[in-house]
Amino acid sequence: MSEFELLLREQAPQVLSALVRHYGHFDLAEEAVQEALLAATQQWPSEGVPDNPRGWLIRVGSRRLTDLLRSESARRRREENAAQLSAPEEFVASGPEIDDPGGRDDTLTLLFLCCHPALSPASQIALTLRAVGGLTTAQIAAAFLVPEATMAQRISRAKRSIKQAGSTFEMPPEAERDERMVAVLHVLYLIFNEGYTASSGTSLHSAELTTEAIRLARGVRKLLPDDGEVAGLLALMLLTDARRPARTGDDGTLIPLAEQDRSRWNRAAIVEGEAMVSDALSRSQLGPYQVQAAIAAVHDTAERAEDTDWRQIVALYDVLEQLVDNPMVKLNHAVAVGMAVGPKEGLAVLEPLESDDRMNHRLEAVRAHLLEMAGELAAARESYLLAARRTTSTPERNYLQSKADRLT
Amino acid sequence: MVTVKYMLLIYSNAESWESLSAEQRDGLSRAHESLTRELLEQGLLVSSAGLADPITTRTVQVRDETTTTTDGPYAEAKEHLAGFYLVECEDIDQAIGYAARMPDAEYVAVEVRPVMDMSGLEM
Repeated sequence: MSEFELLLREQAPQVLSALVRHYGHFDLAEEAVQEALLAATQQWPSEGVPDNPRGWLIRVGSRRLTDLLRSESARRRREENAAQLSAPEEFVASGPEIDDPGGRDDTLTLLFLCCHPALSPASQIALTLRAVGGLTTAQIAAAFLVPEATMAQRISRAKRSIKQAGSTFEMPPEAERDERMVAVLHVLYLIFNEGYTASSGTSLHSAELTTEAIRLARGVRKLLPDDGEVAGLLALMLLTDARRPARTGDDGTLIPLAEQDRSRWNRAAIVEGEAMVSDALSRSQLGPYQVQAAIAAVHDTAERAEDTDWRQIVALYDVLEQLVDNPMVKLNHAVAVGMAVGPKEGLAVLEPLESDDRMNHRLEAVRAHLLEMAGELAAARESYLLAARRTTSTPERNYLQSKADRLT
Repeated sequence: MVTVKYMLLIYSNAESWESLSAEQRDGLSRAHESLTRELLEQGLLVSSAGLADPITTRTVQVRDETTTTTDGPYAEAKEHLAGFYLVECEDIDQAIGYAARMPDAEYVAVEVRPVMDMSGLEM
């Protein structure tokens, strides 16, 4: 991301908030901001960045929004005229110049709106990336490998759903805030994950999503410096992303944690993430992101794979399982037990998961790994092959197939 | 992954198509039009198309660097692929729901298959 693009993206939520505060009409205001950002990318490179970029964007966005509101009201008038000849004249204020809200930051209000419970996760993500992240529809579509028209539809529909749910641009009531915050953090986590898992192979565009998720999480942390889960989530992202340079080979093959070249890990991100999660754990209420970050920190601070403190990881998974009911957590717990105690014990942890219908190919992959550790090579090979057939990820299939091949 | 792409493969056979009444054929078009509109509107449709009759198929094979083509489908089956939808869904149940709305599922069958992607987790 260029410095110029970063400047624009940082302004996006501020400009949108200013417009919505003044005019209402979140859906049209969001459209207007996109057009103002586009105008900036076209004009600033040749004309230079204005002295007050935000003021410029607010001015251009507000002009555009006034146009949109005029044509919207003309359309409505036409419709009303057809039904009833004496429709009242609707007046759309051309609007005084809007003041820059200055110190006020409405990004959080905006995030709550974009992560509205009436929307599907896919829609929450798309709208958050556009309205808060300032990404274009084309960029979001490229990251998710769908046509631009499909993504445009998803975003308009999301805005319509928010309107229909009767939501306004206000902080949710105190009683709902915790629950809504969980949704906001989950959306940021999903954006990160989408980018992180796609950073192998050919999906080059998607890697940018991790950067964007980290940028957004940093923004939330600035607004809520005492929230332990916000810190936990940001730390988890930093500690996970730190391994990105080592997690894939040049040809896009996945390299398991134990075989990664740790000298390629991002030290600065590890130091920052570890300090952040330690601080959060010492002074705020425990939550799942903090525990996951703590687990990532144990991995990241082991000099060699064999130095990993698996007993501590098992203890942390015990805590995490108390906090969340997630099949992936259970599988990882089994792996940790396999490493800390022994493969037979790890396999025993897997047993009750057989009947959990949320399990996917990963159960078979974990079983294969534990069977291999236990020296049951023929059974391990069968499990690797079954997992390879069940996954829908090409890099995972290649990895699992190669593990099976090595056991023949 | 928040969403997975699914390919909905519509199967047909000459007999079942020929046995449809004009009304049923209209119903088929209407059902697909309405499904396409809904998927478009929801921002879930990646692509969709109907395929020409298998009589128009050419099968291509390359052996020893020589390309040969033959008329007709590769697989010898009574059923043939008649069309497809590529859709983004949150899970396979959602994709099955769309498949079940196609009258083709009533006449022959619709297959639902996840599409491979390049995302992956190190294990």
